Amino acid sequence: MNKLHPAITALLYGLLTLGAAIALLPFAWVLFGAFKTQAEIMSAPGAWLPHSFANVSNFVALFAERMFGRYMLNSLIVSAATVITNVLFATMAGYALAKLEFPGHKLVFGCVLAAMMVPYIALFVPQFFIIVQMGLVNTLTAVVLPMAVMPIGVFIMRQFADSVPDELLEAARLDGAGEFAIFFRIFLPLVGPAIATVAIITFLNSWNYFLWPLIVAQDQDTYTLPVGLAVASQGAKSTDYGLLLAGAIVVLLPVLILFLFLQKYFVQGIAGTGIK
Amino acid sequence: MSPIASWMQKPSRLRATTAWLFIAPFMAIFLVFTAVPAILALIYSFTDIGVANIRRPLEVDFVGVQTFARVLTNPGFLKSVWTTALFVLIGVPLTMLIGLALAIGLNNGITKLRAAYRAAFYLPVITNIVAAAVIWQYAFTLSGPVNSFLASIGTAGPNWLGDPKMAMPTVIMLAVWRNVGTCMVLFLAGLQAIPLDVYEAAKIDGASAWRRFTAMTLPLLKPATLLVTVLMTVSFMNIFDEPYLLTKGGPLSSTKSVALWVYEQFGQGNIAPAMAGSYVMLAIVVVLGVLQLRLLRAR
Repeated sequence: MNKLHPAITALLYGLLTLGAAIALLPFAWVLFGAFKTQAEIMSAPGAWLPHSFANVSNFVALFAERMFGRYMLNSLIVSAATVITNVLFATMAGYALAKLEFPGHKLVFGCVLAAMMVPYIALFVPQFFIIVQMGLVNTLTAVVLPMAVMPIGVFIMRQFADSVPDELLEAARLDGAGEFAIFFRIFLPLVGPAIATVAIITFLNSWNYFLWPLIVAQDQDTYTLPVGLAVASQGAKSTDYGLLLAGAIVVLLPVLILFLFLQKYFVQGIAGTGIK
Repeated sequence: MSPIASWMQKPSRLRATTAWLFIAPFMAIFLVFTAVPAILALIYSFTDIGVANIRRPLEVDFVGVQTFARVLTNPGFLKSVWTTALFVLIGVPLTMLIGLALAIGLNNGITKLRAAYRAAFYLPVITNIVAAAVIWQYAFTLSGPVNSFLASIGTAGPNWLGDPKMAMPTVIMLAVWRNVGTCMVLFLAGLQAIPLDVYEAAKIDGASAWRRFTAMTLPLLKPATLLVTVLMTVSFMNIFDEPYLLTKGGPLSSTKSVALWVYEQFGQGNIAPAMAGSYVMLAIVVVLGVLQLRLLRAR
């Protein structure tokens, strides 16, 4: 835009770099801390870097002494199931809201908005009652079910479906294509980027979800990674920071790798809708 | 009915049926896990529901507004309302100001490395909160990296999470760190929507950079500001994960938010107070949300 004085530009770069360093500092802490022995962590003042990055004993302990293998499997199952149901159901709902006229259209969209705004804290106690009545306490199904179609996904799909030209769908209809064929053969291939966005947001939400799994998962066999890590950080040996930081890396890594390759979709998801 | 009219109507009825089939999964989940719980929580707030009713949910007695009266006079609840207000009053402006500053810096200040900076500031947003809290606990222990650094420059660091005066700022720091990226991205989107020729015209008219910022950028950024304000307010009003994981609400309840108070009541089996408390919260969120929308629209 307008040209700034070179000194001001330099200052700006300096400030932004400092800010970025502060934003990234916790990642350095976790990366270096996870390779430290308990003795290194307890020594004060501690060294910045671990003695050796070859010390993977913390990671080994996660899987050998704790049940992080099980937690990880649970997290993967929950995330995979959530992504599949959300992509399918949100795409269907978004398509119907944007492209099919039907009575009750406004009511349904109102429900989408309401579901996005209700504070979760007002819902979890009765949700737990309902899950108990369904006999699903302490199952992975109970973890997945309430977030099987998140309103945010429906909202994104509806916004995106709006941009698909009506003429394409009308033309198919005139050619005698059925409503399901139009959805699967004409509409779905056109909304690839939106599906990617919904898939990523859903994965992020389900992978990071904490309060609900904490409530319904009642023993180690149904813990997801965040619940397992939180319980480990509050149980006995809660100051075994090396182990906990290694656990944090296991929780963070899949999301960081995805972010590295698919940054565009993460940011699109947020900027397009404004909701995490 | 004329043949043409019936020909017109048949596909549209078919389409409506298809539409409802497509909507059905969302509506089913919405009804069972959002609408019904919201109504249940309200109804049960007026009953004496307890732990035993988890398995026998119909055997409750109505007690009128008694539970609400008890919650609203409970010192623990009132303190948690005040603590939540502090979270909102400090956390929201702080997060928004940093986010806005970063967005302006990235959009108007620099030309190179934009994507790299944006990624760095955005990374905390996608960070798992439990992992982040573990990192925070480690970093802010008495002999952790933060105090080691402070010692190296000659000051003794405080007992961040153990001191009732320092716990709140430490928890807020975590929440701000995780939310700044969201504000930045939304403000960036808002800034990019402002046409450049508006600025050019103002510059020709001799408006100073500060004047251009206050008289043009800020007003034109209003839709983004509105969105960010509402989002951040709701997010800080519902704050649970950060204090739960870092301090369990302590020390001396100094970080116990309303959400955490509700969770604790639920954990202790005080189901009716938990539901009533969460509804008081819901009411405040709705009232504040509507107020914010009105205020920011009017201005």
